[in-house]
Amino acid sequence: MTFEQLIFYVLAGIAVLASIMMISVNNPVKAALWLVLTFIATAGVWIMMQAEFLGIVLILVYAGAVMVLFLFVVMMLDVNLVKLREGFTRYLPIGVLAAVAIFAMLYMVLGPHQFGLDKTGEPVRFAADYSNTEALGLQLYTVHAYAFILAAVLLLVGIVAAIALTIRRRPPHEVKYQNIDKQVRVNPKERFEMVKMNAVKEKPVAPKQEGDE
Amino acid sequence: MVAFLKHQVKTFGLTELFKGLAVTGKYFFKKKITVRYPEEKTPLSPRFRGHHALRRYANGEERCIACKLCEAVCPANAITIEAEERDDGTRRTTRYDIDMFKCIYCGFCEEACPVDAVVETRVFEYEFHERGENIMTKDKLLAFGDKYEAQIAADRQADAKFR
Amino acid sequence: MFNAIQNWLSLFLYDWLAILITLVIQVVVVIMPIMIAVAFITLAERKVIGFMQVRMGPNRVGPYGILQPFADALKLIMKEFIRPHQSNLFLFLVAPVLALAPVIAAWAVIPFDEGVVVSDINVGVMYVLAVSSIVVYGVIIAGWASNSKYAFLGALRASAQKVSYEIAMGFALVTVLMVAGTMNLTEIVHGQQGGFWNWYWIPLLPMLAVYFISGLAETNRTPFDVVEGEAEIVAGFHVEYSSMGFGVFMLAEYAMMLLIAFMTAIMFLGGWYSPFEGIWLLDPLTAWIPGFIWLFLKVAFLMFCFLWFRATFPRYRYDQLMRLGWKVLIPLTIVWVFVVAIMHYFSIGPWFN
Repeated sequence: MTFEQLIFYVLAGIAVLASIMMISVNNPVKAALWLVLTFIATAGVWIMMQAEFLGIVLILVYAGAVMVLFLFVVMMLDVNLVKLREGFTRYLPIGVLAAVAIFAMLYMVLGPHQFGLDKTGEPVRFAADYSNTEALGLQLYTVHAYAFILAAVLLLVGIVAAIALTIRRRPPHEVKYQNIDKQVRVNPKERFEMVKMNAVKEKPVAPKQEGDE
Repeated sequence: MVAFLKHQVKTFGLTELFKGLAVTGKYFFKKKITVRYPEEKTPLSPRFRGHHALRRYANGEERCIACKLCEAVCPANAITIEAEERDDGTRRTTRYDIDMFKCIYCGFCEEACPVDAVVETRVFEYEFHERGENIMTKDKLLAFGDKYEAQIAADRQADAKFR
Repeated sequence: MFNAIQNWLSLFLYDWLAILITLVIQVVVVIMPIMIAVAFITLAERKVIGFMQVRMGPNRVGPYGILQPFADALKLIMKEFIRPHQSNLFLFLVAPVLALAPVIAAWAVIPFDEGVVVSDINVGVMYVLAVSSIVVYGVIIAGWASNSKYAFLGALRASAQKVSYEIAMGFALVTVLMVAGTMNLTEIVHGQQGGFWNWYWIPLLPMLAVYFISGLAETNRTPFDVVEGEAEIVAGFHVEYSSMGFGVFMLAEYAMMLLIAFMTAIMFLGGWYSPFEGIWLLDPLTAWIPGFIWLFLKVAFLMFCFLWFRATFPRYRYDQLMRLGWKVLIPLTIVWVFVVAIMHYFSIGPWFN
């Protein structure tokens, strides 16, 4: 076993273990954390397969941003575990059925009879300075440019829709909004005026008598 | 138009932030005012209110006449006095305790004393290591007064014209 | 340098053992100076802030207080480790490690001088970005596992804040990549050779500001330290940590600051190149100074800026902080991406040739 294989098996083992833990653990926050571990281990496996850009993007986007927001939501939710577990035995047969069906379909498509060195041939090994990112960029921006732009627009529509659905501007008598730009623009000259007044001399108060010492 | 441009320059040039940085940057090089305490000390006023002391007259007679004005005026109830008639017929304290933990060093006892017996000295560097040491008994206070009499007298003298 | 060690070791050891030993040597060589630097940054911080407040800062331990970090470390180690009631012990213990480990891992790709880098990978910039985005888990887990409202609020603030500012940070880096045309940190520095006017800070001046401001937010430094916010949520995510648990969080924070400073110096301020290259008289006079000294000088200046900002600016309110991130920095970066594209198209200046 080479050093590379050892690392691969360690990462793959962590990924499998973490994903099993993720679906079996009953605390949603812990499940999310196991999912993060799965992502990181998977990213490691991808990097070993010379897909370093994809592996790092997986960590950056999924582990670094999406799961953080997920955790944010899960931690805020007041999840009643007892209620969640109520129908577990009742729905177990259906769940098992669905799981078996998905596994069977995955096996049919991705099973060992479809893959293997004899089917795909020896993968090309690139030199250490081979830029994976550049190859990916060339594909995305030339061959698949149309699909890429379409996907980008779809995401943008998603963002706009999400904001449009949730934005709620309450009337100003309920909530006071701050307009920072307006605040910064404030000029003292517009706010008050210096008025010139004649100095009036007041009558001097009689000096205080020396107290009895 | 000019005002608009000025505003844009101010906003994107972060001028206000740089002004703030300039102020702290200037102070970075200023002379530091720190007093390195055990080696350097700040000057003390003759009115400084530190450790208490009981004074004596020049002939060695203790000043305190057990009038209990200090006990009465003490806002923290730190002073406890018991008095008896002495063999020569004068009224003197048999017990004069100041609880240094209760004391708030307000100086009222000193103000109230008609004979300048109880005073607060400049000494503020003292510490207790065992329980009970915080109660300053009459003997301790008198000994303290004897020890610092010169300093105490000089301070009273310096402050006399303002009293 | 490290390859030579590995080759020499593999003469009489198994290959994998040689690789492992080399790795350990690399890790020690990189991490030890960083940890020592971090210790002294804590002292520098107190000194600088003290000086700006017209006082002296710590000056009792050793001459001018230079042994203060060791006294602090000793104090933290000797303290009792307290576990909050009903906290999740495993996560509570693992959180400080999760905060520190990614920060240290990021140093693997930072070049200190020509060729002095542990791992010169092609996606260096992405790697640093990805690894520093993991740091937030330390904060979140610490906040959640502490079973405390204050820590929890700190964790929520941290997660929202870091995710927001990472976007601006990423876009700022995109402009650097557009100028440099590579994600390899060593190559990025190579692109800036030849005097300070060749560095990327001139065409990317707003991005330098955005990156540094985002860096302040990423490391939870003032004016963006609402995560700790001692005035409103006591100490934020690390209220419940005592002893070395707290110490490790502090180490992580300062190591992250150092990392941001290094990244800024490498990407915008010409890495290890001298600013006087190509200037008569100054260039031959300063030619004897090795590259890493220049890099360290730049990093020292940026670290000073971190402390300077802390001494100067008051803390942002949380909604203002979010406004700055989403409504000011991100639009600015997007605009500048297009500006850089235009500059690139017209091959402006010494940067786009």
